Amino acid sequence: MKRTINLTINGKQYTHEVEPRLLLIHYLRDIVGLTGPHIGCETSLCGACTVAVDGKAVKSCTMFAVQAEGRNVVTIEGLAANGTLDPIQEAFWNEHALQCGFCTPGMIMASKQLLERNSSPTEEEIRHGLEGNLCRCTGYQHIVNAVKAAAAKVGA
Amino acid sequence: MATTITKTETLVGKRIRRREDPRLITGTATYVDDIQMPGMHHACILRSPHAAALIKSVSTKNALAHPGVVAVFTGIDTASVGPVPCGASLPGLRVPHHDILARDRVYFAGHPVAVVVATDRYIARDAIDLIEIEYEPLPAVADPEKALAEGAPAVHPQWPDNTAFTFHQEGGDVDKAFAEAEVVVKQRITSQRLIPTALETRGVVAEWHSGDKALTIHSSTQIPHLLRTLVAQMLGLPENRLRVITPEVGGGFGSKLNVYAEEALMGFVAMKIGKPVKWIESRRENFMCTTQGRGHVDYFEIAAMKDGTILGLKLKLIQDLGAYHQLLTPAIPTLSVLMMPGLYKFQNIRADIIGVFTNCVPTDAYRGAGRPEATHGIERMVDILAAELKMDPAEIRFKNFVSSDSFPFHTATGLDYDSGNYSEPLKKALETVEYEKLRAEQAEARKQGRLLGIGISTYGEICAIGPSPATPAGGWESATVKIEPSGQVTVMTGASPHGQGQETSFAQIVADELGVDMDDVLVVHGDTAVVQYGIGTFGSRGTAIGGTALYFALQDLKAKIKKFGALLLGSEDVTYANGVCTDNKTGKSKTLAEIAGASYRAMKLPPNTEPGMISTHFWEPPNFTFPFGAHIVITEVDRDTGRIEIKRYVAIDDCGKMINPLLVDGQVHGGVAQGLGQALWEQAVYDENGQLISGELMDYAIPKASMMPWIESGHTETPSPVNPLGVKGVGEAGTIGCSPAVVNSVVDALRPLGVRHIDMPLTPEKIWKLIQGASA
Repeated sequence: MKRTINLTINGKQYTHEVEPRLLLIHYLRDIVGLTGPHIGCETSLCGACTVAVDGKAVKSCTMFAVQAEGRNVVTIEGLAANGTLDPIQEAFWNEHALQCGFCTPGMIMASKQLLERNSSPTEEEIRHGLEGNLCRCTGYQHIVNAVKAAAAKVGA
Repeated sequence: MATTITKTETLVGKRIRRREDPRLITGTATYVDDIQMPGMHHACILRSPHAAALIKSVSTKNALAHPGVVAVFTGIDTASVGPVPCGASLPGLRVPHHDILARDRVYFAGHPVAVVVATDRYIARDAIDLIEIEYEPLPAVADPEKALAEGAPAVHPQWPDNTAFTFHQEGGDVDKAFAEAEVVVKQRITSQRLIPTALETRGVVAEWHSGDKALTIHSSTQIPHLLRTLVAQMLGLPENRLRVITPEVGGGFGSKLNVYAEEALMGFVAMKIGKPVKWIESRRENFMCTTQGRGHVDYFEIAAMKDGTILGLKLKLIQDLGAYHQLLTPAIPTLSVLMMPGLYKFQNIRADIIGVFTNCVPTDAYRGAGRPEATHGIERMVDILAAELKMDPAEIRFKNFVSSDSFPFHTATGLDYDSGNYSEPLKKALETVEYEKLRAEQAEARKQGRLLGIGISTYGEICAIGPSPATPAGGWESATVKIEPSGQVTVMTGASPHGQGQETSFAQIVADELGVDMDDVLVVHGDTAVVQYGIGTFGSRGTAIGGTALYFALQDLKAKIKKFGALLLGSEDVTYANGVCTDNKTGKSKTLAEIAGASYRAMKLPPNTEPGMISTHFWEPPNFTFPFGAHIVITEVDRDTGRIEIKRYVAIDDCGKMINPLLVDGQVHGGVAQGLGQALWEQAVYDENGQLISGELMDYAIPKASMMPWIESGHTETPSPVNPLGVKGVGEAGTIGCSPAVVNSVVDALRPLGVRHIDMPLTPEKIWKLIQGASA
């Protein structure tokens, strides 16, 4: 019953035999060993598992690994692969936009997508754009600051 | 924006970005579910669908036959494991026996009944459905007041009144106060059950080392050492054969300040199968089976004179305990009683708690743990009293505050408030919102029919929990500081931070005390094989107690550094500063690395001095600390929809001396978010059969980014005299200050409609109905 999938993750080619029911998040975490994306709900509500699939932010708990066949996946581990932090990672650090850090990989991926779609978002646009990602620690204020700071840096 | 660091700069008090963050922002941190081990198995737990039922029969045959399943255990198999512990003790407390798996009866929906162990997490979940259990459902009760009524179903058949304990506390002369009062105001106020919802659910990985007869448990917990002591007892293991490792923990908020059935169960499973086993709680399980917070029905009476002077307060507190006592369940409402005086000087208090069993998951600590409930009550009562007397809510508070020259202040509940200037945060908050102008704007808005509200809360806290006599398991904290032979510094703290940032704030303290670069300091925590012993992180205690233990260990080492420095320099008169020991006469000096290295080589030793450069300090606090503050919330209610808009949120907090104000702001924001969640959106809803209706994130509304207002955060800084750092604690402040300010604001908005009180959460539906009722 297993199927073969070929896909690119963080710039590397992977081929695996997987069960059709295997969720992409479990594939990434348990088989590929990329444990940066987290599982906070398995019901697509919390966003901790957010990764980019062909450039679009996707909650990887609501996608099967077989659906990623031929796709290009980027996880949090792919952002600073060359050793240099992405501006959004740097901004989360500078602005204290994380506490326990569990939502952070998903929050950063969602924030990155938000900035790709809107390079200078207003506070309201940031808050709306991150509605799919829950954080229980920060009250979101420093996350809003981080997205603003990253926008300013990238735009500068 | 964080500042950059230079070596000789003082770091305490600076906004410094965290040392924890590089691993967290790159996805390379290790949480429990990130642990993989060779031969690791996966566990899935079968839970009762009924809130109350007898278990008539259990068949695991089909599950065991399922390919990939290696074991199934039921309550019969685990009967030898000791009960889930209750650490709290109260006179006459009834403690139900709490098996790790139910044997013949289940007491709440979600009660664990069996565990499947398989080679794969999907297979374990599949096989759960193959276990056959015959239940005989029984009547259940989920509402604590209904549980107290005559003829209610008995949660535990041996105690038909559903009463786990009653508790009475009294100070001053309450009867006299109420007899002399010119006005007495009464109100029933509820603090609804809340679901803590740490983003990381609970999880356990257990590994049995059969040759050593030793067990390692990795658990997402706030209390690794207490967990080790208690789980070793449950499993009958020598304590020194159990190692608990707390990897990265994705939030706790009190819900991981516990010892859970699953932690012992995974240890049991690992010992039985001889392989590592992992259990990760699903979000649904987290909602049904992890402890919840609050669950109060409070009947308040306040006695006062017509000029607003408060004379006394009475409280009948009905605490929904749930079906069992978890670690601190019965102790939580006693904290509410201690907190009842708030910031006010009245000296007459009477409180009666009734602890009630219900067929629900147990309540226990949740951010604030008893203190938000009390603060919500007293701050609502003061507002209701002000409205009754037609007084300004700020004025009545100023009139009743403990004055700044009366510290330490002894309360009617037996506390000694350490320090405070309670008027200052309120003055600052009033200035920030331009209060008088704002009231004029409100009057104008009301003329136009707009529902604009201004809400104030002035809260106090009991933090740095706490002195050992006041806590069930010791209230001290420990620190070991090791200056390595090369001069770098390793700190092992008994606190167990999980997002609070002590890897950074403790490094700041070390850098200042020893004059070393912050990058040369490593703070280690959460491994019982590495850290001496500790209590953990909860009750806003990490820095106030753990940081103080660190401070004293550093003082020991500074003295030792000077002894070795004097020996190396051949001087009697040396100074140690900025990481260098200097001979005051010759000006010659030795670096910390040279001194530390010499202390380990030990070619020569100062008199009566041991080799090495290590100090361990256990610090017992002489008192709690008492942070305080004032929050002002401006709201506007939409008449047509009942929707509440928060127009401004001002939080002025005094948490004593701030080690890192950037982290303090983060704590305040997060605390306010959870307070706002309670005030406006969150509620654990059980139906009459004890089924959790708000059992998923789809139905339980924790705040999203778009729901949060901008928080205007400010501070006053009144050092605590309880510890040499002057810190008080800030983890719970935002939550405690928030909910009464929000409800006071919305009640103020609706005052023209004759509204006097609203219970949380203030959902649009509830508000809309109130508006409709008023206009009907």
